[in-house]
Amino acid sequence: MFSTLDFDVIRRSWGYLFYEGMTFTLTLTALSALGGLIFGTLIALMRLSGYRLLGRIAGLYVDFMRSLPLVLVIFWFYFLVPYIGQWLTGASRPIRVGAFSSSLITFIMFEAAYFSEIMRAGIQSISRGQPAAASALGLTYAQSMRYVVLPQAFRNMLPVLLTQTIVLFQDTSLVYVLSITDFLGAASKVAQRDGRLVEMYLFAALVYFVISCVASYGVRRLQARISIVR
Amino acid sequence: MNYNWNWNIFFQPNPMGTGTYLDMLLSGLALTIKTALLAWIIALVFGSIIGVLRTLPSRAASWIGFAYVEFFRNMPLLVQLFLWFFVLPELLPRAAGLWLKQLPNAPFWTAAIGVGLFMSARVAVQLAAGVSSLPRGQKQAATALGLTTVQSYRYVLLPMAYRIILPPLTSEFLNTIKNTAVAITIGLLELTGQARAMQEFSFQVFEAFTAATVMYLLINIVVVTAMRFLERWVAISGYISGK
Repeated sequence: MFSTLDFDVIRRSWGYLFYEGMTFTLTLTALSALGGLIFGTLIALMRLSGYRLLGRIAGLYVDFMRSLPLVLVIFWFYFLVPYIGQWLTGASRPIRVGAFSSSLITFIMFEAAYFSEIMRAGIQSISRGQPAAASALGLTYAQSMRYVVLPQAFRNMLPVLLTQTIVLFQDTSLVYVLSITDFLGAASKVAQRDGRLVEMYLFAALVYFVISCVASYGVRRLQARISIVR
Repeated sequence: MNYNWNWNIFFQPNPMGTGTYLDMLLSGLALTIKTALLAWIIALVFGSIIGVLRTLPSRAASWIGFAYVEFFRNMPLLVQLFLWFFVLPELLPRAAGLWLKQLPNAPFWTAAIGVGLFMSARVAVQLAAGVSSLPRGQKQAATALGLTTVQSYRYVLLPMAYRIILPPLTSEFLNTIKNTAVAITIGLLELTGQARAMQEFSFQVFEAFTAATVMYLLINIVVVTAMRFLERWVAISGYISGK
């Protein structure tokens, strides 16, 4: 059954798959994780701020995002972002947004909801005495967050944040629905051009599998090292 | 914003001749629920078996459990669906492959099984965590009473473990519902797929997606409420979740 397969197609399309596809996937993953972490931390701070209204808004945002399928959110932003851009810039027509920026905005907004829950757990895991001691030292709220609470919360949650980033790496494959050339998109385009679906999809599965396995092994090692310190 | 809102679009006939656009979305909703329920049953059955395997003292059993979970967790769901849908029929013997390809409703079965197996790895992890969170004395007491391993799981460990993991199982069920949307890529016309189709036919992007969003939110509310009742119903007094 493997005799009719032609795995040479992988070698022939190597450059396209990795320099174009995988670069897109990895850049999107890294920037979305960074953006999601920044916005997620802000949302977590809003929820824990003690201002009722801010907390409600942040909570609603998180619950809302988490109850929608990512595919639907991708469609939403794909069509919505040009109009938001028009509104922001005051242009007369919906502005053109590239595939990369559109998916980057989508993933940052979507992942912010998930990262915020992790950061919230991280902040809540810091003992009450720490911010109390910080304010006794005369640190303002911003300073105590910046120098005392957030560094520890981030450190404690690092394994979870990285695991979420691996999930995010896998989820970026869903930009396929917009026919974007990420790694899976590239594999699928080659597969359809050359009629080599079996080879290309097996190869794509293998690549995702190896990268995720190595990454989650790394996270487990890191977790073991961090947990000794405490 | 120069967008022409037209909320009446839902009551206009759709080009497929199956009623109005709203009927189209509702049929998508029904398919989402059907696919999710079947996938959830598969996830529970396989997840329970694998989860138990992971907690058994046998090394071989826990290795099988580990390999299963790693296999299904380290590939994107989309890629897994492609493997089941495009690759599997080609790798099977000719007759079996042909039979698979000609199956009516192939996207539905592929989606239910694909999402189900994908979620089963997560259920397995939760269940294994639930079983190992039980005090060691429970297993020992069961053994001391003369229960076999099967009996101690059936009557002592699993009933407690399932109760403990009910809240995370709720979110896994919600994930299952959301993940059925990925099946749009293999041509399943579930809720997101129908919203997308409606957008392509009618050009009323935001109405279509708003309606789908509202329906997903409603499903969420229903599931969360139902699970809260279930949690209270199966709670055992004396435990934190008890009355």
